[in-house]
Amino acid sequence: MVNEKDSTATSSGSPFPNVSISVSDMTSRAIDIRMDILNMIAEGGSGHPGGSLSAVELLSALYFKTMRHDPNDPKWEYRDKFILSKAHACPVLYAHLAHCGYFPIEELLTFRKIDSRIQGHSHIKTPGVEMSGGSLGQGLSFGLGAALSARLDTNQTRVYVLLGDGECDEGQIWEAAMAATHYKADNLVAIVDRNRIQNDNWTKDVMNLEPLPDKWKAFGWNTVEIDGHNFSDILNALGTAEKVKGQPTAIIASTTKGKGVSFMENNPDFHGKAPNPEQLDQALTELENTR
Amino acid sequence: MTSAAPREIFGSTLVELGHKYPDIVVVGGDLNKSTFANLFGYEFPDRFFDLGPAEQNMMSIAAGLASSGKTVFASTFAVFATGRPYDQIRVGISQPHLNVKIVATHAGIMTGEDGVSAQGIEDLSLMCALPGFTVIVPSDAPETVLAVKAAAETYGPFYIRLGRPSIPIIHDQNYQFQIGKAEVIKDGSDASIIACGIMVKAAMDAAETLSKDGIHCRVINMATLQPADVDAITSAAKDTKAIVTAEEHLRHGGLNSIVAQTVTETYPVPIESVSLTGYAESGKPAALIEKYGLTSKAIVESVTKVIKRKK
Repeated sequence: MVNEKDSTATSSGSPFPNVSISVSDMTSRAIDIRMDILNMIAEGGSGHPGGSLSAVELLSALYFKTMRHDPNDPKWEYRDKFILSKAHACPVLYAHLAHCGYFPIEELLTFRKIDSRIQGHSHIKTPGVEMSGGSLGQGLSFGLGAALSARLDTNQTRVYVLLGDGECDEGQIWEAAMAATHYKADNLVAIVDRNRIQNDNWTKDVMNLEPLPDKWKAFGWNTVEIDGHNFSDILNALGTAEKVKGQPTAIIASTTKGKGVSFMENNPDFHGKAPNPEQLDQALTELENTR
Repeated sequence: MTSAAPREIFGSTLVELGHKYPDIVVVGGDLNKSTFANLFGYEFPDRFFDLGPAEQNMMSIAAGLASSGKTVFASTFAVFATGRPYDQIRVGISQPHLNVKIVATHAGIMTGEDGVSAQGIEDLSLMCALPGFTVIVPSDAPETVLAVKAAAETYGPFYIRLGRPSIPIIHDQNYQFQIGKAEVIKDGSDASIIACGIMVKAAMDAAETLSKDGIHCRVINMATLQPADVDAITSAAKDTKAIVTAEEHLRHGGLNSIVAQTVTETYPVPIESVSLTGYAESGKPAALIEKYGLTSKAIVESVTKVIKRKK
């Protein structure tokens, strides 16, 4: 119970639900979550491991520390909202939702299978998923809509949108960036998972994004650069963002695509490919050895 | 007979609804003076968001507002309300079935002098392709008021199609609009004319002309294209054995496609279509509808033709 918001009562009348864990527990939980991501993608036979593994610490910080949310009441009116704009990375979202208790962890193995609640790209049919995605570039606008709605309702909801770095090629991201500043949406935070690889290749080779922080600054955002695998960095940035008034915050989180698995790290081939059984075994062994 | 511009009455209806329902918010794309959504903006500045000509952003913001419990009206010209942000509508509004009401103005060739880029003649095809979307084409200002109110009071995604010009008023105060229910304006047994939008008045005029020659047509106002009133279409086929459809839209994917698809499943009869078969051009609206054949005269010719095809 580190965050001051944790004392806020939820709709179920209970104190803030016990999803908050210590940073050392988060570090160990991150290994479990990475294993879950790999298992569900291998079991599903397809999916996007690289950009799921790169975002583990970012989502852990949000779901286990920063956000007010209630797994027993996913639609709790005053919840903070996480929007996965890079919806192909949904395994990292599903794993966090399951670990928070939105649905059973065993259900992760139904990923991409028929009759499952957890679709190939995140969809609102899954408890805890806020936005139907799958077409890049839409999440920041959606998040801005949610942020404007919260402001109209004068509730304290904060909205966190995770963007891929390759996703920033989409023009709509910059339409939303301009509008969020225009409407002074200080309850909106964009987090760019800057893993430097997109579907086809390295971002510098496909479509150069730099100077990326300068672009966000030029659009009027409070812009912070952090190590996206360092919990202290992430939590500090999220905490600082809450204190900034009158402008939205962009967190450029430097990450490693495929983080935690030697042959997936910095390898464009594992943007959207499932590990085969031997690769899965090796990956799980590597992760286990980091405990 | 008096006239009124549906888009103008749309703006004042939004204001009325805004007073009644605090959850209504409006987004627009730098055309709010033309769509009359600006009237809402004057009355409720906090609940009105002009997003500039950035329609993709506008539709996804609408989705975010709707997912947070708002009833969202998104309004701009038909071409910018459908084709430009189609992916945002498909993935962001249609697939999660959110409560967004897209009210498009300046649809059809009556938009006139601005030319083909501004003339939305594919919009019904695009929007009827989206499962769960209710698609309404009001035929005059009073029906526009009722359709906009019905949309505000019915959960789910809507597309309401309005034109630019002032058009004749054909409904009186007693008219009851019902989503998904066609209106039989006039009965007849020789053929049915099924029309929507501005072509309803043309259909009424055509029926009057034909009655002088002893040809009696049923005239149906198919204001809701989706979900279609299958019973009204099927009854028209069974009772009159011939149908003419009339719409200010491409032949493909709009009213004609819906009627043809329906009767092939229920009661096949010959059908003729008064519609567009390609892009038009700049020009005065009256000259355009004459040149491109969206007239009561064209409907009369089609009725004569379809009756000859009757078995």
